[in-house]
Amino acid sequence: MNTNLIRLISLAAAALLVAGCASTKLDEPAPIKDSSSAAQPAQPGATGADTRAVAPVVAQPSDPLNDPKSPLAKRSVYFDFDSFVVKPEFQSLVEAHSKYLTSNKGRRIVIEGNADERGSREYNLALGQKRADAVKSRLQLLGVADSQMETVSFGEEKPRASGHDEAAWAENRRADLNYK
Amino acid sequence: MRNDVRAARPFTPWAFYNFMDMLKLFHRAAAFVVLAWCSMAAAQLRVEITGVGSNQFPIAIANFQRDGDVPQPVDAIVRADLQRSGLFRMVDTGATALSETAAVNFADWRTRNADALVVGSVFRLADGRFDLRFRLYDVVKQAQLDGLSFVSTAAELRLNAHRIADRIYEKITGEKGVFATRIAYVVQLAKNSFELHIADADGANAQPALRSREPIMSPSWSADGSRLAYVSFESGKPVVYAHTIATGERRAVANFRGSNSAPAWAPDGKSLAVVLTRDGISQIYAINADGSGVRRLTNSNAIDTEPAFSADGKFIYFTSDRGGGPQIYRMSPDGANVQRVTFSGDYNVSPRLSSDGRLLAYVGRRDGKFQVHSLDLATSQELVLTDTVMDESPSFAPNGRMLLYATEVNGRGILATASTDARVRTRLSGPSGDVREPTWGPFIK
Repeated sequence: MNTNLIRLISLAAAALLVAGCASTKLDEPAPIKDSSSAAQPAQPGATGADTRAVAPVVAQPSDPLNDPKSPLAKRSVYFDFDSFVVKPEFQSLVEAHSKYLTSNKGRRIVIEGNADERGSREYNLALGQKRADAVKSRLQLLGVADSQMETVSFGEEKPRASGHDEAAWAENRRADLNYK
Repeated sequence: MRNDVRAARPFTPWAFYNFMDMLKLFHRAAAFVVLAWCSMAAAQLRVEITGVGSNQFPIAIANFQRDGDVPQPVDAIVRADLQRSGLFRMVDTGATALSETAAVNFADWRTRNADALVVGSVFRLADGRFDLRFRLYDVVKQAQLDGLSFVSTAAELRLNAHRIADRIYEKITGEKGVFATRIAYVVQLAKNSFELHIADADGANAQPALRSREPIMSPSWSADGSRLAYVSFESGKPVVYAHTIATGERRAVANFRGSNSAPAWAPDGKSLAVVLTRDGISQIYAINADGSGVRRLTNSNAIDTEPAFSADGKFIYFTSDRGGGPQIYRMSPDGANVQRVTFSGDYNVSPRLSSDGRLLAYVGRRDGKFQVHSLDLATSQELVLTDTVMDESPSFAPNGRMLLYATEVNGRGILATASTDARVRTRLSGPSGDVREPTWGPFIK
């Protein structure tokens, strides 16, 4: 009696499984059991488990973004007073980032425009936006996708240098490339 | 100078003080004031200012008689208000208090060269409220010009002192006073501490309407004085909010892709002009107060920002660098009929129009100095109104007599006022923090 019941349940379960398989959409990836968790290498000698287990490791090439010697370490483009022209000395910086972004399509940046404290705060907000947009269009010309870039402006509201002299102003007339 | 004032008055949160050279200017002024004594029934004492100079009207404001513990120095508030306008000279009244019932010795006040006299009293009532009374006399004609009694709570005493100053100002000059109006401004207290304040026109009685860890900018009053629109970075980027002052209710009016900024209420309070970058470069749009119905007003490939409506709603003045550098332009509220307004200098920004539509104020850069200028739209006469060099954000007092603006002294942001005739200047400096983005509120009915 009990064994019959078990057989019946097994049959029903098998039927359900078949039905389930039949309705699986082709474009949905089949669930794959994560075997790596089951194959965690045992601590050698800790439990007396199989010391002959091999844990495969893939070497990650170092991200040039994290290399302080890479040209990508430079993320700020500086501007002249009341100007939004990307000066020639920043061409190599823009090119380096465009190369990285075109070969790493999954990476996104926010370009943040800033202005020095002199003059109208609203005009400076617009100027910061224009500076960010100027950097964006340079990157766009070099093939970076629009969807990888967003521009915002902080105007003169978030100064990096807090002084009130030309050195501080020059530091704050800036667009930053901020990787997300 | 500022430090002296602060040291001498450590418990005064704000201290207005006049420039010494303002006094010099007045003493240098050679022209006479013509006192036009109105002979109509509602006799108004009027000061007509003629020629190149102006003079100050001599007025005696006696100490008010007081009974009970009075929390506000009402007589001192009235004196300070009138003095700050630059149009009055205080005649010494001595320490004696004179109530509104006291018999006035007009001959005595005439020998002291007072042309007008104010007397009054403030009494604590049994219910804890205060009865504030005053009389204004024309000393020359030996007649009463005004007299009134206000019953108010302790919290309203200061406002009623400003109202007395407004009445005196109007009786003497023929123009409405602005002492009972309010101002809004932004103060940065620390790197991540910003507050939007609302204060009396003299800077006292400041109350925070908004506190934030991120910058706040560009507050703008609705014409009825009940709401403020402003830009807040609280979400990580500039977004325009509308905020009802009395309830603290607020909503994001413009929160599009890119930057949202520079709100200006249309005179009817139903819509705002704002600056958006959702279609690229900063352009001016109109949007309903509930955030619906956005429509583009400017179509240039240059920066268009800082819209400001004329009081009659016929024009929107704005800043644009379409001609190279930033200049002031104006257009119809639908974006048509664009005209350039400023032509001198290569940097003119932050336009504001006086309520009568005759004067345009803006910040102009000349020889590296950023100063508040005024332009008479009929005569094209341009005037520098300040002696500070890092000026920002001018806004007119609702009677058009004065401008409030932000400037920088010793590396710190302060507020200042300048009269539209460039003769009277005051500074308003807080005990701490960097003060900026002031805007003068409207008359409240």
